Amino acid sequence: MFDLALFVIFPYVALVLEIAVSFYRYFSGSYKFSSLSSEFLEGRELFWGSQPWHYGILFVLVGHVVGFLFPKEVLLFNEVPVRRLILEVTALTFGLMALVGLLVLIRRRFTNDRVWAVTAKMDLFVLFLLLIQTFSGIYIAVKYRWGSSWYASALVPYLRSLFVLKPNLEYIAPMPWVVKLHIANAYCLIAVLPFTRLVHFLVLPVSYVWRSWQVVIWNWDRKKIRKV
Amino acid sequence: MDVRSQISILFHLDKCIGCHTCSIACKNLWTDRKGAEYMWWNNVETKPGTGFPHRWENQEDYKGGWVKEGNSIDLKGAGKFRGLKNIFHNPNLPIIDDYYEPWTYKYEDLFNAPEGNDQPVAQPISQITGKAIEIKSGPNWDDDLGGSPLYARKDPNLEKLNAQEQEDLFKVEKLVMMYLPRICNHCLNPSCVASCPSGAIYKRGEDGIVLINQEKCRGWRMCVTGCPYKKVFYNWSTGKSEKCLLCYPRIEAGEIPACMHSCVGRIRYLGVLLYDADKMKDVVHLDEDQLVEAQRDMILDPRDPKVIYEARKNGIHDSVIESAQKSPVFRFVKEWKMGLPLHPEYRTLPMLFYVPPLLPILGKMNLDVYDTSCADYFSTIDKARLPVKYLASLFTAGNEGMVREVLKKMMAVRIYRRSETVGDIQGAEMALKEAGLTRAVAEDIYTLTALATLEDRFVIPPSHREEALAMEGMELVKPGDLGFGFRDRPERM
Ligand code: SF4
Ligand code: SF4
Repeated sequence: MFDLALFVIFPYVALVLEIAVSFYRYFSGSYKFSSLSSEFLEGRELFWGSQPWHYGILFVLVGHVVGFLFPKEVLLFNEVPVRRLILEVTALTFGLMALVGLLVLIRRRFTNDRVWAVTAKMDLFVLFLLLIQTFSGIYIAVKYRWGSSWYASALVPYLRSLFVLKPNLEYIAPMPWVVKLHIANAYCLIAVLPFTRLVHFLVLPVSYVWRSWQVVIWNWDRKKIRKV
Repeated sequence: MDVRSQISILFHLDKCIGCHTCSIACKNLWTDRKGAEYMWWNNVETKPGTGFPHRWENQEDYKGGWVKEGNSIDLKGAGKFRGLKNIFHNPNLPIIDDYYEPWTYKYEDLFNAPEGNDQPVAQPISQITGKAIEIKSGPNWDDDLGGSPLYARKDPNLEKLNAQEQEDLFKVEKLVMMYLPRICNHCLNPSCVASCPSGAIYKRGEDGIVLINQEKCRGWRMCVTGCPYKKVFYNWSTGKSEKCLLCYPRIEAGEIPACMHSCVGRIRYLGVLLYDADKMKDVVHLDEDQLVEAQRDMILDPRDPKVIYEARKNGIHDSVIESAQKSPVFRFVKEWKMGLPLHPEYRTLPMLFYVPPLLPILGKMNLDVYDTSCADYFSTIDKARLPVKYLASLFTAGNEGMVREVLKKMMAVRIYRRSETVGDIQGAEMALKEAGLTRAVAEDIYTLTALATLEDRFVIPPSHREEALAMEGMELVKPGDLGFGFRDRPERM
């Protein structure tokens, strides 16, 4: 029953919340969508926190997504023990990088007066969730070896079952509690995302890459005028 | 020919008295808010000096503006690769201490202090943390400190002078300083716009004013690095960048921007310039010493029928063309070639121009009289307290001839006027000829410099916002899109 609430109902609620609220907030004026960077108030410690955190977590996140999209390929790749070892060690390194970065960032929030001055309650809550997530992730990676393989074979089917609206709890039930925590906490993060500064993740400026350098906005229609 | 109109500004430094009235007018109007206390969209710095933020001209640290790369240009410290790579931590971002930590005083202590033997004092407290601070720096901290080891000595422009010339600036009897008021230059090739990953900064097509859409700004703060003049400021409370708006709400209502209207020295001029945007791509990567001339070449004569024809074709309203014909900036910059851009070597094509100051020459003691008379007036330009080389480093990317030309003109006008009004000196004709001026032009320069009324100094084009409002699917409709104002409360979530 508990599992049902946590792993079947909650993910849908979280996803709906995330999508609906993000859209609503974005289209009703996206003012709150900001990285709310505090580098201007403190730059040095941020470097040691922000860089490892962001690069670490990005790699790990992409890893999860790849595993979700291509579970067969991942399993195939992992059949050779050396390749599996390399994959796991790399992933773990990035995970540890993220953890170290996160700890530096948390320390910075609490010890620097200026940064504390721009810290909202939600920021602390987000940090708490992220800490649980990163820590449990690393714990799982170390304790339950070859996570890349069993994630692909045992968890991806569960996640996919959610996506096709035929939730299947079979895979979840036998999982150890840390794994359950990791999954439930992930849903938590998804649910609170639109209410926190994490929204900056949704507006990553990718279009910058192909945009022209200059932006000029006209109040009159130049093309129309030129034709006349 | 792609004719566009740009509201441009000219500051006549010969007249600036360093009173900071302009800064106060701007502060009261725009930046008297939480997170913006430290910002000075208009500031006046003493030169030689370090400026605001500290040593902003040192692009080796701040990496602002463009750099030439073969036949094109690239952003020095931001941009598609360099910027995105540094998005999680920007190593070239000035931090609050490069400006100063804003503070106020605990005034209630003055009232609530218990009776004692000492006078109560109001303790300074930080406007960021609310805790007591020891003030290390503040607005205009280097004001009037020409010759000081801490500030004047660290002016990045001094690197262009040789050791002897540098030492001269620090001898007591040779001390010198000038004022440099600065606002956003509303550049033609703004590197702030180019460096914004979100595309939140834009240039208005009609008048060239550069604004930051507060709704689209995501706080990546690349623009702060991108602008070599450090005229984009990061609001540490709202997490958005802000900059000078050239008081566009005033301009649209036909009023004069606050800093300019309040200018005590009447050094400020504002008017429309028409320019050929097609030339831009060829101009931006020219060699440094050609930049000023080439930028001047882009400016078009609004009386030329061909220019008028092309301008109309581009949708520029007749009233704007008319306004361009009366523009005092056009006269100074294009007609008389007296207005120079600040640090053209940053390649942003700034549209704020400066007439350099004509500083007093060095006198000598002669029979107990401090004698500044001189037989040959033009040689005094080279004897001026502030070396021409220094001015050239500020205004012409090192081209001394160009600065000398302007100073000669100013000197010639002075000599000419002196001979007209007092009549005690000879050689006015000579001087005018040397400077390439006629009597009539000298008279015009004198009039616009010294006698100009408010209407002469500020020729504000009608904005025709009625057309904008009539336009369908307007892109910018909400407060905040236009660089200022909030729809949400500027609070953190
Ligand atoms: S001076 Fe103004 S327009 Fe030019 S780059 Fe800086 S902020 Fe942008
Ligand atoms: S108000 Fe005018 S004279 Fe006074 S400092 Fe500003 S620019 Fe100079």
